[in-house]
Amino acid sequence: MSEFALVRPAEARAVDATVADDSAEQSTSRTRFVVGYLRSRPGLIVSVVWLVLLIAASVVPTLFTATDPLATVGTVRTAPSAQHIFGTDQIGRDLFTRVVYGAQLSIRAAAVAIGVGLVVGALIGLIAGYVGGWVDLVLMRIIDVLLSIPGLLLALAFVVALGFGTINVAIAVGLTSIATNARVLRSEVLKVKHSVFVEAAHAGGATPVRILFRHVLPNSVIPLLSLLALDFSGAILAISSLSFLGYGAQPPIPEWGSLISGGRDFLASAWWLTTAPGLVIVVTVLAGNRVARAFTGEGTIR
Amino acid sequence: MTQPTPLLSVRDVRIDYASSRTTVHAVRGVGFDIYPGETVAVVGESGSGKSTTAAALVRLLPRAATVTAGSITFDGTDILAAREASVRRLLGRRIGYIPQDPTVYLNPVMRIGDQVAEVLVIHKLADRKTALISAIEALANAGIDHPEVRARQYPHELSGGQKQRVLIAIALAARPALVVADEPTSALDVTVQRHILDHIGTLTRELGAAVLLITHDLGVAADRADRILVLSQGEVVEHGTPDEILGNPQHPYTRSLIAAAPSLHTAGGTFLTRARQDVSADALSPTPLLEARDLAKTFGRTDDAPRAVDGVSLSIARGRTLSLVGESGSGKTTTARIILRLVDPTSGTVVFDGEDITQLRGERLRQLRRRIQVVYQNPFASLDPRLSVGDIIAEPLRSLKLAGRGERRARAAELVDLVALPASALARKPRELSGGQRQRVAIARALSVSPELVVLDEPVSALDVRVQSQILSLLAGLQAELGVAYLFISHDLAVVRQVSDEVGVLYHGRLVESGSTDAIFDTPQHEYTRELLAAIPRGPREPAITRGEQHS
Amino acid sequence: MAHARRERATSANSYGRYVAGRVAQAVLVVFAAYTASYLILWSLPGDIIANITGGDATDLTAAQIAQIRHQWGLDLPLITRYFDSLGHAFTGDFGRSFTSSRPVTALIAEALPATLQIATLGFLFAVVAGSTVAILATRARSRWLSNLLLGLPPLAVAIPAFWLGLLLIQVFSFTFHLFPATGNFGPQSLVLPAITLGIPTSAMIAQLLAQGLAKALDEPYSDTARAKGASPSRVQFRHALRNAAIPALTVSGLVVGTLLSGSVVTETVFSRIGLGRLTAEAVSAQDLPVVQGVVVFAAVTFVVVNLLVDLIYPALDPRIITVAPQRRLVLKGA
Repeated sequence: MSEFALVRPAEARAVDATVADDSAEQSTSRTRFVVGYLRSRPGLIVSVVWLVLLIAASVVPTLFTATDPLATVGTVRTAPSAQHIFGTDQIGRDLFTRVVYGAQLSIRAAAVAIGVGLVVGALIGLIAGYVGGWVDLVLMRIIDVLLSIPGLLLALAFVVALGFGTINVAIAVGLTSIATNARVLRSEVLKVKHSVFVEAAHAGGATPVRILFRHVLPNSVIPLLSLLALDFSGAILAISSLSFLGYGAQPPIPEWGSLISGGRDFLASAWWLTTAPGLVIVVTVLAGNRVARAFTGEGTIR
Repeated sequence: MTQPTPLLSVRDVRIDYASSRTTVHAVRGVGFDIYPGETVAVVGESGSGKSTTAAALVRLLPRAATVTAGSITFDGTDILAAREASVRRLLGRRIGYIPQDPTVYLNPVMRIGDQVAEVLVIHKLADRKTALISAIEALANAGIDHPEVRARQYPHELSGGQKQRVLIAIALAARPALVVADEPTSALDVTVQRHILDHIGTLTRELGAAVLLITHDLGVAADRADRILVLSQGEVVEHGTPDEILGNPQHPYTRSLIAAAPSLHTAGGTFLTRARQDVSADALSPTPLLEARDLAKTFGRTDDAPRAVDGVSLSIARGRTLSLVGESGSGKTTTARIILRLVDPTSGTVVFDGEDITQLRGERLRQLRRRIQVVYQNPFASLDPRLSVGDIIAEPLRSLKLAGRGERRARAAELVDLVALPASALARKPRELSGGQRQRVAIARALSVSPELVVLDEPVSALDVRVQSQILSLLAGLQAELGVAYLFISHDLAVVRQVSDEVGVLYHGRLVESGSTDAIFDTPQHEYTRELLAAIPRGPREPAITRGEQHS
Repeated sequence: MAHARRERATSANSYGRYVAGRVAQAVLVVFAAYTASYLILWSLPGDIIANITGGDATDLTAAQIAQIRHQWGLDLPLITRYFDSLGHAFTGDFGRSFTSSRPVTALIAEALPATLQIATLGFLFAVVAGSTVAILATRARSRWLSNLLLGLPPLAVAIPAFWLGLLLIQVFSFTFHLFPATGNFGPQSLVLPAITLGIPTSAMIAQLLAQGLAKALDEPYSDTARAKGASPSRVQFRHALRNAAIPALTVSGLVVGTLLSGSVVTETVFSRIGLGRLTAEAVSAQDLPVVQGVVVFAAVTFVVVNLLVDLIYPALDPRIITVAPQRRLVLKGA
């Protein structure tokens, strides 16, 4: 210690004091921070709970209802009541049960869409941003072209080419979201790539592969999670629209968009047939967007 | 002599910042008076509450801030308590405000002339037509060349210094009685800084306006002010004339501030001479470790593209420090990046330890990284936010496969100790550390592979003066101990003097002067070097004292 | 002064080159969009013969199929057909509909006016509603009101357009009998479709403008204005609004795209004739030429709108200078 006396004395203690200060309460303050973070954001808690319930419903629908979604269980078009909280439909099936089973198809279709769109899109964005040069130029021009066709029309073109049915609709929606995903991830990668700490790693002798896996990717995860949540909302909306237009699930299989489509003819007499599944879609999309915002818009949990 | 009434009375002002986690008491009971025509400087480090105080004076506090107590009385109006409309009648008209960073304080889509004229229109001092004529006059007074042309231009067409002059024109156009200048030059180059400060001084003297000058630089304050308030952690710790403050500081904080200010002291030797006290001179071999010859760098493809670096040659001896000094755009950082082999020079060679490294590629270039390391200016950006301090420090060892897991851990522990951080810092993330602590981590990372040369790119310019001096002292000590050579890049001659053996002065990409530190400071040859030296504030001089006598 | 003149001369010159570059790029994107849609529609799996004959192709003889294939040029290789169709597309000929055998161009031209009516109304509604919400939200003195207003756009974005249309019908047609629920009869029938079409766009405009305004009001130059003694209205309208509105212009292309795709759903919900309805029916019948015609039409519209925005942008934002070599917009001094 004495040989460094030159550098140390007073300032070393000062530095020590400030770091040591919070070291004791470090772990408790962290939990307190997370609790405080969530407590001041009731909307986020509700959103997460809603999404968890939805995913549960899509995996095990019997958790929420014991009724058969295809069976006639009551009188035709009865308004919501304690027995049928969403009412019954035009042939007496329980609407709540059909919405729960509809989640199965809608959520799975959304998962397929995200799988296609996020995996391909993120990969393109990552390669374009990280490799740069002419690879970036070519990939981004292709993306520009895809972006020049309005989303729903592009999805319709894919649907025509692939054929009808929920899975094809999901794939079409996924393909349509590739362009946006690639753009977002590319800009994130570029931001990290041009950051000083990446150059510092380079100057420290790190290989490009090492920089990619140790610095660029881990720092792009949060935006990717945000994108995932946004894509989920977008996919739910787009898939329900295409189903409503009649290109997705065919009756009597329940799906949110086609449920609304089926209730269309009874707008004047049975408002709940369109209102209930519509509200479920709105709440789901809001929840997805809220979670996405938690990753970007406001202070991030790390 | 009767006591004149103060123009501005600040009484026991307390301001808090509320965040979701804590409440910060930014200003805790600040009070002072400003009399007509005098210049008062408020000096403090970041976090001292000086800018918050200035913002309160012009009622521009950010939304998170709340005034919990106190009053600010200007000419009978309490700025903190009065209705917004009555405060608006004072702002711009009686109180002028010169903000910190001219690059962002002008509306980018509005013509310069209109922005100056607006203050006259708002206070009905002129109609639309005459306002523009008065605005051109105000621009001319503020030292803008071709004011009638500039008035039709947009902010992006002006340099930083010119923009600051526009802001001065806005602040002074309505001939206010008080001008609040919040670090009016800290975003500008040093030579421009001096001209701007001179100009503010001259103009306000002509107007007879009082000035409240907020600054982090005790030297600037001593140069320009009649009275100085020293602010620390939201409180006024000392108050007096420049002579009193510099000559006989009472508060320990003031003393530490004076001791740390590089421009104010060279007595007792520089950090370099103090660090080398017990190292005999011949222990340092004078063979050049690095030589750069005729470096040139052009950005862009055409022949007439401006040269960022133009024929720079330099040499650094083992264990010694060469500093490159220059303002923004002088090519100093580009030169450093060429030597680090992060950019390729357009022409010229870099020889390191007898080997030409200009063309090194791939694996051999990677191995060179073990011998040349770098510390960046901004310690907030140069550390990967997701890694722990221990991992950050050991990162080059891992990248270059120089040590196993256990060895790396031991080395990281040794290094945090070397840069005077506690061992507990190893497990921390960068965001849990202060700026100075982060810069220590960056230094430890650079030293982890025992390099022979470390390029220090403005390593202290993002730090407060007292932290600055700690880091400079640390760097000098490490050099004496480890025999590492430094290439030190800085815009600040006063800092450079503290740590350099040799100094090179860069101007528009050319090395206009180089030599030993003493030679540069004592017998500067080039006009530009002399200008840089003149820009260093040196403490009180005659004209500053003569005006403040009446009330002290 | 001489220097300034020279600067202006070169900038006029570089603007010319910039325009040429942008136009060339636009043409290239349209061409690429045509190619992409052709490849997607004609090369992916799917029974084209079944589409042409409108369903079942099993009861056709091999000779009949061969004849249909020949009639539609399907016996030629994809690449030959592509260049052939591209040549025709240049002359404005996008082929004939599988179902009605009428030229695609004529079908689009007939359907377009009805869609333009609701799209124009919807756009006006979106601009007025969107900017009103954004400006009121940043002006509102009570935090409660401001938060309520700022909550509207995210909500509007989350509502599926088809469901919104149904809700409007339920409330305004069936409950209050204010507007007709369906059809193309008279100006009354335009209101609900235009609102349905405009709401997602208005949400986009409101969010963008509110964000821009909030950011601009936080910018240091707004503080400079306040320090001049400017009133909140002056700061908002003279300083913040212009800075916020200029970037909002860049989404014009997106807005037009949203309106076009929105018409598919809207016209289906309100049973209106129009481009959207044409598209929906063409998709249902897998009428490839019509689908491709609509897709290319949308891409052309998008590209033309973006081109117009790019060309007038330098006149609106003084910071934009046009850099010839890259032919891109560069934000200077930001």
